[in-house]
Amino acid sequence: MSGPSNSTMSSPSGTPTKITQGAHTRGGVGESTLRPDGTLKVTGEFAYSSDMWHEDMLWGQILRSTVAHAEIVSIDTAEALALPGVYAVMTYDDLPTEVRNYGLEIQDTPVLAHGKVRHHGEPVAIVAADHPETARRAAAKIRVEYRELPVITDEASATAPDAIHVHEGRDDHHAGHVAHPNIVHRQPIIRGDVAKAAEKADVVVRGEYYFGMQDQAFLGPESGLAVPEEDGGVHLYIATQWLHSDLRQIAPVLGLPEDKVRMTLSGVGGAFGGREDLSMQIHACLLALRTGKPVKIVYNRFESFFGHVHRHPARLYYEHGATKDGKLTHVKCRIVLDGGAYASASPAVVGNAASLGVGPYVVDDVEVEAVALYTNNPPCGAMRGFGAVQACFAYEAQMDKVAHRLGLDPVEFRQLNAMEQGTVMPTGQPVDSPAPVAELLRRVKAMPLPPERQWESSEGADVRQLPGGLSNTTHGEGVVRGIGYAVGIKNVGFSEGFDDYSTARVRMEVVGGEPVATVHTAMAEVGQGGVTVHAQIARTELGVAQVTIHPANTEVGSAGSTSASRQTYVTGGAVKNSCELVRERVLEIGRRKFGSYHPAWATAELLLEDGKVVTDGGEVLADLVDVLGDEAVEVEAEWRHRPTEPFDLRTGQGFGHVQYSFAAHRAVVEVDTELGMVKVVELACAQDVGKALNPLSVLGQIQGGTVQGLGIAVMEEIIVDPKTAKVRNPSFTDYLIPTILDTPTIPVDVLELADDHAPYGLRGIGEAPTLSSTPAVLAAIRAATGLELNRTPVRPEHLTGTAPSTD
Amino acid sequence: MRVNFTVNGRPQEADDVWEGESLLYVLRERLGLPGSKNACEQGECGSCTVRLDGVPVCSCLVAAGQAEGREVVTVEGLAEFARQRSCGTGACGGHSEGTPDSTSAGASDGTPEGAPLDEAGERAARPQDSHTGEGTELSPVQQAFIDAGAVQCGFCTPGLLVAADEMLERNPNPTDADIREALSGNLCRCTGYEKIMDAVRLAAARQGEVV
Repeated sequence: MSGPSNSTMSSPSGTPTKITQGAHTRGGVGESTLRPDGTLKVTGEFAYSSDMWHEDMLWGQILRSTVAHAEIVSIDTAEALALPGVYAVMTYDDLPTEVRNYGLEIQDTPVLAHGKVRHHGEPVAIVAADHPETARRAAAKIRVEYRELPVITDEASATAPDAIHVHEGRDDHHAGHVAHPNIVHRQPIIRGDVAKAAEKADVVVRGEYYFGMQDQAFLGPESGLAVPEEDGGVHLYIATQWLHSDLRQIAPVLGLPEDKVRMTLSGVGGAFGGREDLSMQIHACLLALRTGKPVKIVYNRFESFFGHVHRHPARLYYEHGATKDGKLTHVKCRIVLDGGAYASASPAVVGNAASLGVGPYVVDDVEVEAVALYTNNPPCGAMRGFGAVQACFAYEAQMDKVAHRLGLDPVEFRQLNAMEQGTVMPTGQPVDSPAPVAELLRRVKAMPLPPERQWESSEGADVRQLPGGLSNTTHGEGVVRGIGYAVGIKNVGFSEGFDDYSTARVRMEVVGGEPVATVHTAMAEVGQGGVTVHAQIARTELGVAQVTIHPANTEVGSAGSTSASRQTYVTGGAVKNSCELVRERVLEIGRRKFGSYHPAWATAELLLEDGKVVTDGGEVLADLVDVLGDEAVEVEAEWRHRPTEPFDLRTGQGFGHVQYSFAAHRAVVEVDTELGMVKVVELACAQDVGKALNPLSVLGQIQGGTVQGLGIAVMEEIIVDPKTAKVRNPSFTDYLIPTILDTPTIPVDVLELADDHAPYGLRGIGEAPTLSSTPAVLAAIRAATGLELNRTPVRPEHLTGTAPSTD
Repeated sequence: MRVNFTVNGRPQEADDVWEGESLLYVLRERLGLPGSKNACEQGECGSCTVRLDGVPVCSCLVAAGQAEGREVVTVEGLAEFARQRSCGTGACGGHSEGTPDSTSAGASDGTPEGAPLDEAGERAARPQDSHTGEGTELSPVQQAFIDAGAVQCGFCTPGLLVAADEMLERNPNPTDADIREALSGNLCRCTGYEKIMDAVRLAAARQGEVV
């Protein structure tokens, strides 16, 4: 592999290209248009960040801490540097500026450990070498001497009066209102008078629940290529959820102005929240700038488990009261989220857990407290549905318990208390768009049930359909069916006063005798199908067939994050808005050129359809090709949804959320009650999506989210040793995500009740299905076994009574 | 060491291969064929699935040296592999079942199929111009994955395609349980597998129409 020696002069391969979708794919908003990147993805041509390649590139490797909490006594890099093929070894001391920490909200995360490590797997040193194996061997030759410290692993050890502060000298904006420096953020929600309301309760149900640590387990590992540029800057090709957020964190550490850090989105192999935080971005840039050569870093799966934040494990304490006739009187809850060693998205997770902690129900008297801890466990942050997922698991278990105590059907009990449009949230915010909670439950319950003993075939039992599957552990003996229901509420978009805008650049011109729209945003396409929807919006608004999707990069303004179910709403809204501005400009040109030929140019409502300017009555005024001629119309504009406001720090009151999203599930499980094996037979979902811009993609989101909820119900959990705070199962051998054999059929009933505040009436959809899936499966297992099951995931030992008592 | 083997019907030679390198690494980093994916590199996820002398394997678990003298088919060669197989059964040329709409892109740029093969062996920068792979001839299972919405992030897709194509070769009329069993070594995190089931059923049905 030889090539020009000046690496900055040649381009890497795998750089994203414009994708044009046209002629045959006319789909506008509401149609199941196919993905513009589909052909590239099925032929292996689509370049992911780990596919980036440069003829002159080096490989970067990170050395990570082998202990969770320790002082660093010394680091000796001499042996590593002496290894042939090694170009650079860097530690904290080699960082180029005084900015040496980064973070989404609180800049508490060291680029490389300084004096101390706070969790197992924290980056300590980085290496660049000419072969990945050389880089790995060099990293292994770096000698780090640790002096271990006691580990903080739970609320008791974190908030003990003499507890070591995970972060000394906190000065972040949450530090002032928390009772202990090891509490990242605390959000209470107080509404009504719980003590008085409790007097009316005929039954009071209390429960304590535990939600395990879940991993996003996106399949495309953290990776990217940093290419040094002639102007002293760097070009980073990266898989992320938000280019501009990365940029804001990367540039100061490199000591570069933001315009010298160019960022281009590479193919992203899934995200689910796990790419909101930086992983290898700064490390690759540092090594590239140090060596003057392109540097590629690709985590393997083991490293990926240490290289991104996880879903917060949580302990949840609930009290529900209800009258005999099935009305909730009050809810009290306390939610303790383990944020691990660094803050990441913990404050926002606290806000969601608190404000959504009661669920989609009408309750006037509420006391909620949510906190996130600093501990020495792995850092936790964003994952699909964050905060709301943990709460939903617990409040739905409570709803079943209350219904049982009252002798009511669990679905009817939920419907009796279901919120609807106009209901006031515990935060005092009225729900001002459709909230069809009772209807979703009705729909999901009305779906036909899968046949009993579905494993039986003409040739006897098909073990593949039974608990234990091909392990052949039962032919139906000891197998009991259970059915469970759950419903949840999730906020859409960034909340609590965040300026949650997006930017879209739209260009319209004639290419090859045809009007073409080009859509350029910095939106991270992570698989959700945003690029498909952007092309659909452009077709609908501009009346063109051909749409070109420009690669996402930082040459255009921020699109915000691909998270919080927000991208179709916000960047979709920005694309729609910019298209409308382009349309106005095109019509101005039309009026200038042709206005004198037809009075309708001045008087009628004009639309762009099928490449023509038409009146709202359908009369054709001109071809777009003739209107545009040689002119190109281009608009770049920011777009915002209506503002939100922060929650009051004492009462939690405030117009905190933009929009709410609802889904309900019914789970049918079969449990081998003797061995504790669970087979989820069917997982039906009903969800209100406002407006399905692309129905096929909507189903994909709902089914995908549902299965991630299934995973944390019965198999997925990062196990952290409570004595050492070390991760025990960082591999797909030991951290199990659902395979196609573990996954049932997922019938989906989509409801479309428009939200008048949102573009096209749409509702963000990506997260809601991840909420109710888990508690529905748990409820079904409880129904099959009669066990209380107050933790998730449920493993066989929890069903057979052989689990250790600490679990 | 030097390794010689056949990839997608073409003889390939990789030089300076370190003995510890996997077949996956050599395909991706030395031969310019990054279609086979590196999701776990520990044989658990199936994203790197290729055919080795016809047998589906996790290429991350095959030492590059073990491929010496053998035949490998990757996702990049899947369309041509399926075309030749269909010619062998006398159904040549009739497998392209996608409707014009289902090719997901507009004006055909007339890209010849199998373009990546020409670049194998020397990793050249790909053309930077606008393209969608439009006009690329696809195997039935590739087309079905697009049409059924079985592709989201797409990282699992290459391995699933190779595995699904191999299953349909053995079992042209699979039951749902057969499909699930055959694809149980391929993890997908985006789709919940429902659309993947739809895609394989669709490919089987279209295949049935042709034969």
